[in-house]
Amino acid sequence: MSQEKVSIIIDGEEVGAAPGQTILLAASEAGIYIPHLCYHKDLSPGGHCRLCTVKVNGKPTNACTMEVGRGMVIENDTEELNLQRRHLIEMLFVEGNHICPYCEKSGNCELQALSYRLGMLAPGYPYLFPRKELDASHPDVYIDRNRCILCGRCVRSSREKDGKCVFGFEGRGIKTRLAVNSARGLSETEMTAADRAASYCPTGSLMLKRVGFKMPVGTRLYDRKPIGSDIEEKRE
Amino acid sequence: MAGESSLLISKLVEDYKRDESRLLDIVREVQAAYGAICEDSIDQIARELGIPRVRVADMVSFYSFLSRTPKGKCVIRLCNDVVDKMHGLEEVARTFEKALGIRVGETTPDGLISLEYTPCIGMSDQAPAALIGSLVVTSLKPADVPGILQAIRREEGKIGQRGLFPNAEVRQNLRQGGPVFSAPFESGVALRKALNMSPEQVIEEITQSRLRGRGGAGFPTGMKWSFCRKAKGEHYLICNGDEGEPGTFKDRYILAETADLLFEGMTIGGYAIGAREGFLYLRGEYEYLWAHLEQALARRRRLGLLGRNVCGREGFDFDIRIQLGAGAYICGEESALIESLEGKRGAPRDRPPYPVQKGYRNQPSSVNNLETVCCAARILEKGAEWFAALGTRESSGTKLLSVSGDCRQEGVYELEYGVTIHKLLELVDGCEAQAVQVGGPSGVCVAPKDFGRKISFEDIPTGGSVIVIGPKRDLLAIVKDFTEFFAEESCGWCVPCRVGATLLVKKLDKILEGRGTAADLEELKELGNTVKLMSRCGLGQTAANPALTTLQNFPDLYKKRINAEPFIPAFDLPGAFSEFAAVTGRKFKLEDEQ
Repeated sequence: MSQEKVSIIIDGEEVGAAPGQTILLAASEAGIYIPHLCYHKDLSPGGHCRLCTVKVNGKPTNACTMEVGRGMVIENDTEELNLQRRHLIEMLFVEGNHICPYCEKSGNCELQALSYRLGMLAPGYPYLFPRKELDASHPDVYIDRNRCILCGRCVRSSREKDGKCVFGFEGRGIKTRLAVNSARGLSETEMTAADRAASYCPTGSLMLKRVGFKMPVGTRLYDRKPIGSDIEEKRE
Repeated sequence: MAGESSLLISKLVEDYKRDESRLLDIVREVQAAYGAICEDSIDQIARELGIPRVRVADMVSFYSFLSRTPKGKCVIRLCNDVVDKMHGLEEVARTFEKALGIRVGETTPDGLISLEYTPCIGMSDQAPAALIGSLVVTSLKPADVPGILQAIRREEGKIGQRGLFPNAEVRQNLRQGGPVFSAPFESGVALRKALNMSPEQVIEEITQSRLRGRGGAGFPTGMKWSFCRKAKGEHYLICNGDEGEPGTFKDRYILAETADLLFEGMTIGGYAIGAREGFLYLRGEYEYLWAHLEQALARRRRLGLLGRNVCGREGFDFDIRIQLGAGAYICGEESALIESLEGKRGAPRDRPPYPVQKGYRNQPSSVNNLETVCCAARILEKGAEWFAALGTRESSGTKLLSVSGDCRQEGVYELEYGVTIHKLLELVDGCEAQAVQVGGPSGVCVAPKDFGRKISFEDIPTGGSVIVIGPKRDLLAIVKDFTEFFAEESCGWCVPCRVGATLLVKKLDKILEGRGTAADLEELKELGNTVKLMSRCGLGQTAANPALTTLQNFPDLYKKRINAEPFIPAFDLPGAFSEFAAVTGRKFKLEDEQ
């Protein structure tokens, strides 16, 4: 027998959710897109990007970790929240050194796609122009920290999907950086081109070598449809 | 040296029973012995503990008292808190630099001494202060510097806990005692009363007293203990002694003077929630109190007040372990503290689940401020009614306040809740204040028009920090200082705090340099709101408070600083061309653009 559904309201619409489900998952299943970046459906939530912040009974809450509860009234697609989400995207753009026009990931990049979806024209904050390291030591995979947004997807997927621990973090505050499980670079870790971890990077930071332009720009995933369309199509 | 450190690491890993949750202790000891945790050490620790090396490297890179690159045998950490700056830090720092021939952040060529800055070390009432190794020196003057350096050189950098210096003295500065902390206390009296009651009755007594958490958030203690007790699993009582809020030093007083009351309260809390183990998380800055606290614990064990069958009560076993931190403000946040206790970086968790459901080792844990458990001990001793009669309706009892800054009677005060800021300023002799920062940087900057407001949960809550800001201070410079503190202490986990705090500093810089416009004030407010609304934990949610509360309470100060131009870019174009100008010998002029 299936467990009884929990009824919640998202932007005025009643949604039935399984008990124990997160708000983000319940919304997705109902065809409601809650913008997110560090979250991936295959992985445990990270809580880094805060893009999926919704208001639950008026209180800002993380949709990727918060479980549904009876009587929750949730605001998601509001002007206020979308503006705040855009600000977070702007922060990520000035924190790194992003090169959309000639980035290999352009068109498949979730950061870029979200900036389009949320209406960012240019970041409203001053660029920080940090100096970031590149790790090209590995024969098949490279890390370009200029484009790393510290979402931790590689950290989690390496552990959860590959049963390894290739990635981690180091430092704190604005100096936080993606680290690898070796003193010398990615080539000295257990990373292989077949690792699932290589496929979860939302930006052009962790990339396979020699396949970057296999698919022409203009025909890529988010060139065709805005991010979130796959979820919203469930409604029609 | 390499062989020696390798032996030490093997021994440490053995001593800590290969328990990865003791990683912080292991790396601290390696740091203490060798002045660094080098890459080889990181590899070895990881190998012997059987954990990924990236986890050890993460730990070492997170805490400010740990270092991967070698530091001097003796590290001098000058506290660069706002209050220390008020009382002459600059001069002291320059004197150290001159005498050592190095800048702050550097190590002497002979590898003997490193000079650094560190945020508040809990000595704001005797600033400027510094940590020399783990030893505290207070009320520093430039004239003290030669004597200190001479002693360090004589001892070849091995200072330990010995007071070889002038100024190696911490004054407790209790200016006004009160019924909780200054009344006589006999070990075991409150505990025996508690043990004559059922745990539920103890919780009921605490609930009746209306005791609320003293860290600042004010969650009802009885409710917290009740939630924790009811949750299934192994229960833990954790006492938060990581007071890192700049301007707070009231825990220092408790730890030094009323440790017995503290441990009694912890034991009562342990009994109430059904715990067998309690932790006192002691901030790394208070390492000098560690030995004293261990003695207090040993004494209580001898008296049967800790250990198996506490007070002869069959089936109630309880003991306390002290966990030393390593320099991270964020570990004062309860879930970050738990992560740190588990031997990880101090990154807060997403809540729910709350620690009372899933805390230490994912088991039900009650994290309490140390002042709170001291109150709990008194409540058991003297009764809930006695306690509830103190203070106000919403805020029963007394509060320990640490007052510093521009006042003549700085120190610790135990006052009933409901005291007005005005009354407090009279007590501390600081009536000419232009502003009072209540609750530290994460609290509120109160303007004179609001000095009639009361310190209480229902009006202005505080964890204990009160900084008096005199009429001659540049308040906006203090705002920037506080914001820099948050940027420095952000754990980096979430975007709004990690990036937002740095952007707040940049914005304040622009305004303080006279390059801010009316639009910048609007943007400062909007940015502050984003950081407040979207951040993951209390640090980020309050990181914009210095800017936001002064924008609200002191708008004229900002208006005076802004430029009449409609727009001034944040990007410094001539600055960006300076290298070009230097190489080519051509001057870059903005007019060239037009």
